[in-house]
Amino acid sequence: MSGADLHLPQMRRLGETKRKDAWWIQPTLVFLGFSAFIVYSTWAALQGAHFYFGGAAGANYLSPFYSPLLFEVPGRAVTGHSWFGAAPDWLLRMWPSFIPFSPALLILWAPGGFRFTCYYYRGAYYKAFWADPISCAVGEPGFRGEKYRGERRFPLIIQNIHRYFLYLAVGFIGLLAWDAVQAFRFTGADGSRHLGVGVGTLVLCINPVLLGAYTFGCHSLRHLIGGRKDCISDCSAARAGAYRGVTCLNRRHMLFAWLSLFWVGFTDFYVRMCSTGYITDLRLI
Amino acid sequence: MPDATFRITTGRGESAAFKDYTTHITEGMVVLDAVHQIQAESAPTLACRWNCKAGKCGSCSAEINGKPRLMCMTRLDTLDLSVPVTVEPMRAFPHIKDLVTDVSWNFEVKKRIRKFKPRAPDAPDGTWRMRQEDVDRVQEFRKCIECFLCQDVCHVLRDHHKHAEFAGPRHFVYTAALEMHPLDTENRLEHLKDSAGLGYCNITKCCTKVCPEHITITDNAIIPLKERVVDEFYDPLTRLFRIFRPSK
Repeated sequence: MSGADLHLPQMRRLGETKRKDAWWIQPTLVFLGFSAFIVYSTWAALQGAHFYFGGAAGANYLSPFYSPLLFEVPGRAVTGHSWFGAAPDWLLRMWPSFIPFSPALLILWAPGGFRFTCYYYRGAYYKAFWADPISCAVGEPGFRGEKYRGERRFPLIIQNIHRYFLYLAVGFIGLLAWDAVQAFRFTGADGSRHLGVGVGTLVLCINPVLLGAYTFGCHSLRHLIGGRKDCISDCSAARAGAYRGVTCLNRRHMLFAWLSLFWVGFTDFYVRMCSTGYITDLRLI
Repeated sequence: MPDATFRITTGRGESAAFKDYTTHITEGMVVLDAVHQIQAESAPTLACRWNCKAGKCGSCSAEINGKPRLMCMTRLDTLDLSVPVTVEPMRAFPHIKDLVTDVSWNFEVKKRIRKFKPRAPDAPDGTWRMRQEDVDRVQEFRKCIECFLCQDVCHVLRDHHKHAEFAGPRHFVYTAALEMHPLDTENRLEHLKDSAGLGYCNITKCCTKVCPEHITITDNAIIPLKERVVDEFYDPLTRLFRIFRPSK
């Protein structure tokens, strides 16, 4: 493609622009929002404790950062949620000695990878963290210049793996929805199970709804479910309807990306606060 | 209505510089009106490309207060006139004079995109049948007026000068209109991946934000094309499925 001999204006320096609006607000908010989530979620995942609230009232809340709970944490009260019971010895032996054993670290790579490779998040963190560009029509760091490689070569070409993380993320929606159903099951003083609703139940129910709205509005899903075809009308009625539904959610992908990010963090925070006894879960029914 | 000052790029190449012009503002004026008034009053040699003054020809693209916009569609009552309004030429293309840039590179790039290649006619009279739903999707892309504001704001061209390797959002919209057309049988994915440099796009959505026709460039054109390129070149499962069920 020709263009190498074009005489173009000199590249601008980082932050140089003639824009008069507060262009820096959006990347700053994105930077702070993502940073806060990364710091909190990393801290919460490393705790390996207070991710489950049974409580005196018999609640049954599991933090989404620890769901699915593959193994119980040695030395902690048994939650009854783990898939494979106690952590096997070989896993504990392999576990790095400088971090406490935490089942969250076994699973968070999947939803984390889904968000990291998400088309919306990519655009947002390229701006907020790498200043590439820091905002539209605002100068970039000079060192990158014509050496820019985008997502064309390693390492960012790996972002094309997004659809595989989507497959995993859809599974997580089902698991978190099951956790929400479990949150309706309270245990009485005599050990009997009965239906109940606490504030935590509502918190856990909203979580898969928002995560679902985000996940089912994914650009890759939109492509796989019908966008890859030139004639969507050739698809079955169900598939064409699904394509329209995904397209509808896709228009609000950014909104649901942020709402679900906040709520999944808040859900963990709520369960953690109940578990540590800082707040009392209000029983509604 | 008050007077307003316009800080306009004047001159050519390296000697180009901002120059302030003050003119009287009346209700309903757009930036292009002000530029024409300045031409009439104090700068008869001020060069500015324009044609329809209705937001449909895409000629009067410029950067107003640092944002790529059409001069004819930027009302002065949306700008802060208490400070000078800057009007610059687009930065992603070679500067010719004052507000005029050479956008011919875009037409050269467009020539390299494989043309529309319809399937055999559906009816004996040589006509085709398409469903409205399928046509609607590509119809959005045909709203493009080729103002090249999306090309101007794209940092791959503007800040990284990748003109030799990257086609830019306008041409991805054009390719999407062909590639997703219900009648088209041509395959442009290799061109998109290699010559057009689709992978350089890092989805900043700046092109969508500046489009005067409100085409959802990133979500409806670029990302679907990226996904098709993934299908074709990067996804082993899709490639495996294609062995059993070949696409077009």
